[in-house]
Amino acid sequence: MSAQQSRKLIVLVAIWAVLLLAPYWMAPLGGYTALATRVLVLGLAAMSLNFLLGFTGVLSFGHAAWFGLGAYGAGLTLKYLALSTPLAVLAGMLLGGLCGAILGTLIVRRRGVYFAMVTIAFGQVFYYIAFQWSSLTGGDDGLRGFARQPIDFGFVKLDILTQDKAFYYFVLFCFALAVGAMAFILRSPFGRTMIAIRENERRARFLGIPIERHIWIAFTLSCFFMGFAGALYALVNNFADPRGLHYSQSGDFVMMAVMGGMRSFWGPLLGAAVFVVLQDYLSSITVNWMSFVGLLFVLVVLFFPRGLLGFFQRSRA
Amino acid sequence: MTLLLLFNITNGLIVGAFYVLMALGLSLILNLSNVINFAHGGFLVIGGYIAYAISPYVGFWGALLLAPPLTAIIGLAVERVLIRPLYGRDPLYSLLLTFGLAFMIEDGTRFIFGPQGKPFAIPPFLAQPLSNDLFFITGYRLFMVVMVFVAIALLFLLLRYTRLGIRIRAGTLDLETVAALGINVRMLRSLNFAVGIFLAGLSGVLAAGQLGLEPTMGTGLLMPSFIAIIVGGIGSLPGTLAGGLLIGVASGVTAVFFPAASEAVIYVMMAVILLIRPRGLFGEEGMMS
Amino acid sequence: MTSPTLGPKLNRRTLVKGAAALGALQVTSPFLIQARGETPIRIGMVDPLTGVYAAPAGNEVMGAKLAAEQINAKGGILGRPVELLVEDSANDVGTGVQKARKLIERDQVSFVIGDVNPGIAAAISQVTSEKKVLHVVSGGHTDSITGKDCKWNVFRVCNTTRMEANSVSNVLFTKYGKKWHFITPDYAFGHTLYDACTDNLKKLGGTVTGNELTPLGTADFAAYLIKARAANPDVLILLVQGSDMINCLKQVVQFGLNKQVHVAGTQQELESLAGLPPEARIGVWMFEWYWKQPGVPGVEKFVADIRKVNNGNVPTARHWFGYVSAMSFALVANREKTLDAVKLATALENFELPDDVKLQPNKVYYRKGDHQLMTSAFVGEAQSKGKDDPEDLYRVDEVIPGDKTAPPVAETGCSVQWPS
Repeated sequence: MSAQQSRKLIVLVAIWAVLLLAPYWMAPLGGYTALATRVLVLGLAAMSLNFLLGFTGVLSFGHAAWFGLGAYGAGLTLKYLALSTPLAVLAGMLLGGLCGAILGTLIVRRRGVYFAMVTIAFGQVFYYIAFQWSSLTGGDDGLRGFARQPIDFGFVKLDILTQDKAFYYFVLFCFALAVGAMAFILRSPFGRTMIAIRENERRARFLGIPIERHIWIAFTLSCFFMGFAGALYALVNNFADPRGLHYSQSGDFVMMAVMGGMRSFWGPLLGAAVFVVLQDYLSSITVNWMSFVGLLFVLVVLFFPRGLLGFFQRSRA
Repeated sequence: MTLLLLFNITNGLIVGAFYVLMALGLSLILNLSNVINFAHGGFLVIGGYIAYAISPYVGFWGALLLAPPLTAIIGLAVERVLIRPLYGRDPLYSLLLTFGLAFMIEDGTRFIFGPQGKPFAIPPFLAQPLSNDLFFITGYRLFMVVMVFVAIALLFLLLRYTRLGIRIRAGTLDLETVAALGINVRMLRSLNFAVGIFLAGLSGVLAAGQLGLEPTMGTGLLMPSFIAIIVGGIGSLPGTLAGGLLIGVASGVTAVFFPAASEAVIYVMMAVILLIRPRGLFGEEGMMS
Repeated sequence: MTSPTLGPKLNRRTLVKGAAALGALQVTSPFLIQARGETPIRIGMVDPLTGVYAAPAGNEVMGAKLAAEQINAKGGILGRPVELLVEDSANDVGTGVQKARKLIERDQVSFVIGDVNPGIAAAISQVTSEKKVLHVVSGGHTDSITGKDCKWNVFRVCNTTRMEANSVSNVLFTKYGKKWHFITPDYAFGHTLYDACTDNLKKLGGTVTGNELTPLGTADFAAYLIKARAANPDVLILLVQGSDMINCLKQVVQFGLNKQVHVAGTQQELESLAGLPPEARIGVWMFEWYWKQPGVPGVEKFVADIRKVNNGNVPTARHWFGYVSAMSFALVANREKTLDAVKLATALENFELPDDVKLQPNKVYYRKGDHQLMTSAFVGEAQSKGKDDPEDLYRVDEVIPGDKTAPPVAETGCSVQWPS
C-alpha cells in the first residue's frame, strides 16, 4: 500500500494501542481508570456531535439533549424494566435517537444562527421536562436507585459493577462499535454526500441532492450515537440527571470537537481527553477553574480554531 | 378568579417588560453582526455588580445613571479584542467564545465579590406597594416598567433619527452595501454592540434592585430572551418587544392554573411558533438563514 | 476566596508514588514498616464549590479545614498527620462521582465528606459503600440518605426534613394559627418537607389552605403570593431555600404581606438572612446551629477561630457541619485505634460528641438505627439586626434536642445492611 495509507494504518494502530492499554499507563501518571472511562464516553459524545457539526457543517448547539435522554433511557430501563445492561444501552440509544428524529423534522429547513438558537431552545425543553417531571425522572435530585448490571455471557460473567477495569473494557468495546459504525457511514456514498453539502450547499442542491432529507438523516444518526453515549454515561455514574441535558453540557461537547479538530475523525476524542483531564486537574488545584476553562474556550476560538489536530496537520503540510 | 387572572396578567406584563429589555440588546447584536451573545447574561451581572460597587458613593440614582454606560465601555473593549476577529467566520465561533466568556464573568464575579448573595438597596419610597388591593405592584416594579419604556423610547429615537441608528438599521438589512457606501462598518458594529451591552447593563441594575446580586443571576434570563427573539421573529425589534411581553404574560397566566408549567409554557410557545409560523410573529421571510 | 486545597498537587502525587514504593518495599524489607508512620491520613471532601451552592459549600470546607488543623495540633489520627483533600463537584453528579473515585482510587483517602447537593451526596454514597470507605454527609438534606437508602458506611450530620418540620410545628400552631399556606420548592427536598409539615399540622388539628409549588430558581414569586394572600391563611410557610428564600422573603415584605399574615418556615440559614435587606429579616424558623450561644462550652472559641479565617464573619451552621464531619473521623479513629471502615462505622453508632465538638447544650450522638446525628433544632425568630452584634440576625427561643425532633427509626425506612 501507499505511504499515506500505511501512515494512516500506523496511526490507527497507535490510537487503539493507547486506548487498550489505558488503565495501565494512566496510573503511574497520576490518572485513574474511572477518568479514562469518562474520557471515552464524553469523547464518543463529542465524536457523535462532530458527525453532524464537522462532517455535515450543521451547527447544533443543543445536542446534549439526546445525550441526556440516552442517560435517562438507560436509567429508567434499569430501574423499572429489566436488570440488563445491554437492554439499557439499547433503550437509551433508541430514546435519544427517536426523539432527535422527530424533532429533526421540524428544524431541518433552518440554518446557521437560527438553527443553533432553535436547537439550544429545544435542548432546554428536554432539560426542563427532566427537571419538572420529578415523579418519573427524580427531578433536580436526578434518577437514582439503579446500577449497571454484571453481564452474563453464560460461560463467564463480566462484573462491570465493581471492577473498574472490566467496566473500562466494556465501554471501550461499545466505543469501538459506535466508532466503527461512524467510520463506515462516513466512507459510504451517503457520507461523501454529507461532506459535499458541508463544502457547498448550493452546489449540492443544484446537483439534485435532496438537502433537507440528507441533513435530517445525518441529524438523526448523530442523535442515535449521542443517545448511545448518554446511556453509557448513565452506567458510568449509576445516575442520570437533568444537567446532562443542559446547554452548558452541549457547549462542552462543541468545545471538545473544536479543540480537537472538527475536520478530523479522531479530533473530538483528543479534544475530550484534553478537556476532561484539564478540568479534572484544574478543579483540584483551584476553585477558579471555571475562569481557566472559559479562558481556554476563548483562546482556542481565537488562535486554534482548527483545533489541535488541525494545527498539527497544517504544520506538517 | 377573574381578579386573580387580572393580577397575573399585569404581573406578567411587568416580568415581560424585563425580558424585553434583555432581549432587545441581544437582538441588536444578533441582527447586525450575526453574533449569538451567550455572555449577555454575564454583562447583566457586570452591570449589577458595578452598580453595587459604586452605589455607596453615588447612591441608587447615581448607580442607575453610571453603571450602564460603564458596562457598555467594557462591552466595547470586549468587542474590539474578542469578537471582532470572529466576524465573517462561522457563527459557531462567536457562540463558543461568548460561552467561554460567560464562564469567566461568572467565576470572576464570584472571585471578586464572593459567592454570597448581596443585597442592593433601593430608595425606600419605591419599596411600597401601590395600594392594599394592588399589593403586588410595588413602586419599584412600576419603576422598572417605566425605565424599560424609557429605554425602548430612547432606542427607538436612536434608531429612527440619529445617523448611527439609520446606519444600524441599514446594516441589518444589507451590510455589504453599507460598507460599499464608505461607512466604517467596524465602528458601526462596535457601537451597535455597545448599545446592546448598555441595555444589558441597565437590566443588571434594575435586576439588582429587585433580586439582589449573585454571580449566577444572569443565566436564568438568557433563555427567555432567546425565546422572546424567536417568538417575535429574528431580525425584528418590534417583534422582540412583542415576544418578550407575550411570553411574560403567558408565563403569568399559566402560573394561575398550572404553576409547575409556568416556565415550560414559553418553550411550548416557541415550539408552536416554529411549527405554524417559523419566521416568528413579525419576522421577515428569508431572515432564517 | 481562599483556595480550598492543601499543598501543591505535585507533592500529593509524589506522596502517592512514594507510598506505593514504600508499600512495595515493605513486602521485601519488614524493618521499613516503621517509616509508614509518616504518611498522612487523607480525608477527601467533595463539595460544589462552583454553582448555586457555592456559598454553603465553601463554608463547610472552611469548617473542615479548621478541624484538620486542630486534629493535627493534637497529634493527628493514630499519630499520623491529617491531610484534607478538597474537590469541586461543580454541582454536577458526573463530576461528583468522578471526584469521589479519584479521591478513593488515586489519592487513597480513608474518609469521605460530602456533598451539599443531596443528589450528589446520594450518588457518592454509592461509590463509597462500593469501595468500603467511611462517609459522612455533612450538608445534604434528602431524607433517604438516613432513610430508605441508608448504608452501613454513611452517616449524616445535618437534619432530616422530618426533624426540621417536627421542631417548629408545635410553636407555629399554638402561637400563630391553624390555617397554613405553603410555598414549596418543586423538588424532592421541598416535597418531603411539605409532607412532614402537613403531617404535623393534621395531627395538631389544623388545615392547609393551599400549596404553591415553585420551580427551583424562581425569581418572581408574585403570582404565588397573590394566590396565597387570596387564601387568607394564618401562617405563610416558606419552604424555599437559598436565593429562592431571599427573593421570596423580599417580595413578601415588599408586598406588605407580613403585616397581614405570620411568616414562618422550617430551615433557615444565616447566609440567607445576611443576603436580605434588614427590613426583610423576619419570620419564625429553625436553625440547624447558631453561633451566639452564651454560656455553652466551646462555642466562643469556635466562633473566634472561624472569624480569623472568614474575614471576621461568624460561623454559620455550614461551618459547623464541616467541622463536625472531619472531627468525627478523628475522634472515632483515635478511640478505636484502627482505620478499618467496618470497625469505625460500628463504633460511630451511638457515638456521642464531646462538648468542644457538639457546640450546643444537649446530648448529640449518631443514632444507631439510621446513622443520623441527633443534633438540636434552634427554634427562634429572625431579627433585622442584633443588639450587640451586627451579625446576630436570629433570636434563639428554644433548643430542642435531636432525639426529640427525629421520628423513631422504624418510621425512617432505614435498615442498615452490613457487608458480610
